Amino acid sequence: MPDPAFRPKVLITKIGLDGHDRGSRIVAAHLRDAGVEVVYTPPWQDIGTVVKLAIEEDVDLIGVSSLATDHLIVPKLMRALRDAGAGDVAVIVGGIVPDADEKMLLDAGVARVFHPGVKLEDIAAYVHDASATVRTQRFPVTPNA
Amino acid sequence: MNKPLPHPVPGSTAEAQVRWATEYAAQIGRDREVRNRSGIPIKPLYTPLDVDPARFDADVGFPGQPPYTRGIYATMHRGRTWTQRQLIGLGTPALYNARLRDILDKGATAVSLIPCNSVFRGYDMDEVDAELLGTCGVVCNSADHMATCLAGVDLARTSCAMNDPSPFTLLAFMLDTARRNGVDWRALSGTSNQSDYLSHFVANHMFFRLALGGARRVLIDHIAWCAEHLPRWNPLSVVGQHMQQAGATPAEALAFTLASAIQYADDCVAAGMSPDDFLPRFTFFFDISISFFEEIAKFRAGRRIWARITRERYGAQDPRSWRFKFHGQTSGVDLTRQQPLNNIARVTAQAIAGIFGGLQSMHTDAYDEVLSCPTQFGARIAVATQNILREEAHLTDVIDPLGGSYYVEKLTDEMEAKVVAIMAEVEAAGGMYAAVESGFVQRRIGESARAFQERVDTGEQTVVGVNRYEVDEDASSRPALAKPDTALMDAHRADFARYKAQRSQDDVERALADLARAAQATGPGRSNIFGVIVAAAAAGCTHGEICGTLRRELGFGHPLVVV
Repeated sequence: MPDPAFRPKVLITKIGLDGHDRGSRIVAAHLRDAGVEVVYTPPWQDIGTVVKLAIEEDVDLIGVSSLATDHLIVPKLMRALRDAGAGDVAVIVGGIVPDADEKMLLDAGVARVFHPGVKLEDIAAYVHDASATVRTQRFPVTPNA
Repeated sequence: MNKPLPHPVPGSTAEAQVRWATEYAAQIGRDREVRNRSGIPIKPLYTPLDVDPARFDADVGFPGQPPYTRGIYATMHRGRTWTQRQLIGLGTPALYNARLRDILDKGATAVSLIPCNSVFRGYDMDEVDAELLGTCGVVCNSADHMATCLAGVDLARTSCAMNDPSPFTLLAFMLDTARRNGVDWRALSGTSNQSDYLSHFVANHMFFRLALGGARRVLIDHIAWCAEHLPRWNPLSVVGQHMQQAGATPAEALAFTLASAIQYADDCVAAGMSPDDFLPRFTFFFDISISFFEEIAKFRAGRRIWARITRERYGAQDPRSWRFKFHGQTSGVDLTRQQPLNNIARVTAQAIAGIFGGLQSMHTDAYDEVLSCPTQFGARIAVATQNILREEAHLTDVIDPLGGSYYVEKLTDEMEAKVVAIMAEVEAAGGMYAAVESGFVQRRIGESARAFQERVDTGEQTVVGVNRYEVDEDASSRPALAKPDTALMDAHRADFARYKAQRSQDDVERALADLARAAQATGPGRSNIFGVIVAAAAAGCTHGEICGTLRRELGFGHPLVVV
């Protein structure tokens, strides 16, 4: 039974060199209006900064937006999260991701890749469910607690 | 402008229109409300009652004559068709040169160069993640790299457009190549694309982290230096494409672009330049969306407004100052990952709008750019699309073929009114620089982006294959991507390390110190920053070193993000 009061907390960001942020801003604004607590960064973030922010802000999920091949360094982000003990944070990627690279990302531990054309409400529904799973694993509910 | 009715039409026309309106209302039932992307309501029919024949000379006129509504040249595409300037740039300088020579051999007459994202962001290849090198453009960090990129190209006869955002190091490297080849700089022609720092700051954030004030100074110095040394070079391309791709409506994109051009012209005047010395070298770059008639009206309105601004606001006397020269690129945002071959139809519609809009130069997007950086196969179809429209469909036989259409003339007037109103808002906000500094422009664009997405999500705006007419697809039918050969990039990196170790360190240090001094200096008599960059490039300084020095001296900048 999902907790109606559950409010996901997510980080929406862009790593690497590209600055095209139409996608990340639209997704962040939609999630915010859908009741998600959103931590948003401008583009060009270092992987180390993203990991630090994710831990400090205690987010359930990180959404990485990529237009111009920055998704190629997402496996580095996954390793850095695990090394920092934050391997339980769900990571999703949205943007221009070729089919072969999608498999590479999923193999690296990315939970889901969203391609152009997806509806915002579908992203929001996924973010809600994936965040709830992460939160439940972190704070398992014990009976009669 | 909206013109007063009534006007001298034969009574029979007015009566017939009433009969039509009555019949239309009876048959259509509940009419749907139609608005274009800029929010202008679109009627089901336009008639002589929508245009004022008395305004023909002032508002429409003839091609090559102000206000240039029908085109900036008397001959337009009937004489010289647009330049087919496809963007290329991938991998190492040697790979780029091979691809460039190939397209020049096949008849292309103009060069374009897209640098790697690391270059846009002001870094050398040894400062960024190796995975990202050369994936979206050529890794060109030094004068030697540019010499390789342009080997075998006759620079005196080939127009070179470079995506060369501030601080214009690619041009500085190219000038060194010209010097090595014995080519007179005064013969060089081309454009510093992406030179519009405001559009980068607002929309795509492909700049080298220089603060706004520093970017402003570097650009104006660049324009002044080019006006003195490169008479055939366009130092400025004012970009509406970034803003429209980021979500601005066509009217907003045109308004913000014209407001930016006003900002740059004001800054040039404040720096002591005379309008007729720089305005003839201003060029524009726009998105062409699939909103067909709206785009055509946007371009026609743009010509009219720019002719008025240059003459009335700046008192320009040279007709070349009045002409609104622009490059158009078909909109990537309109393309879909679903059923990607459908994108060929979309690009075709966009390209027709650009041609009827009277562009001077065009890039048609490859259908597969929504899947990855475009393949060579996709790029070939994009070029063929232009050839088919020109030579099979005969779109260039008649100048401004939609001129005189009741709808297009009326829509041109309405787009003009909308654009002028938005420009007035920018002016009230203190001009484009201040409106960008305060986030006014970013907020507007963000709101429009979201409103458009909502129309797609609710199905109000059809996107074939996305929210209607979906089909089950097999991902394996999509084109396979050639993976870049990482060994070539590794060798390029090793070469670069050797180059940096072997060059004269004294020359480099001296040139960078000169650059720092030029950046620190203020007031009259200070050195032109771009002139010092040209000297630094010739002294062996790298792109990253030049950008790093300017960032340190003029301040870091971050995009102002408005969600």
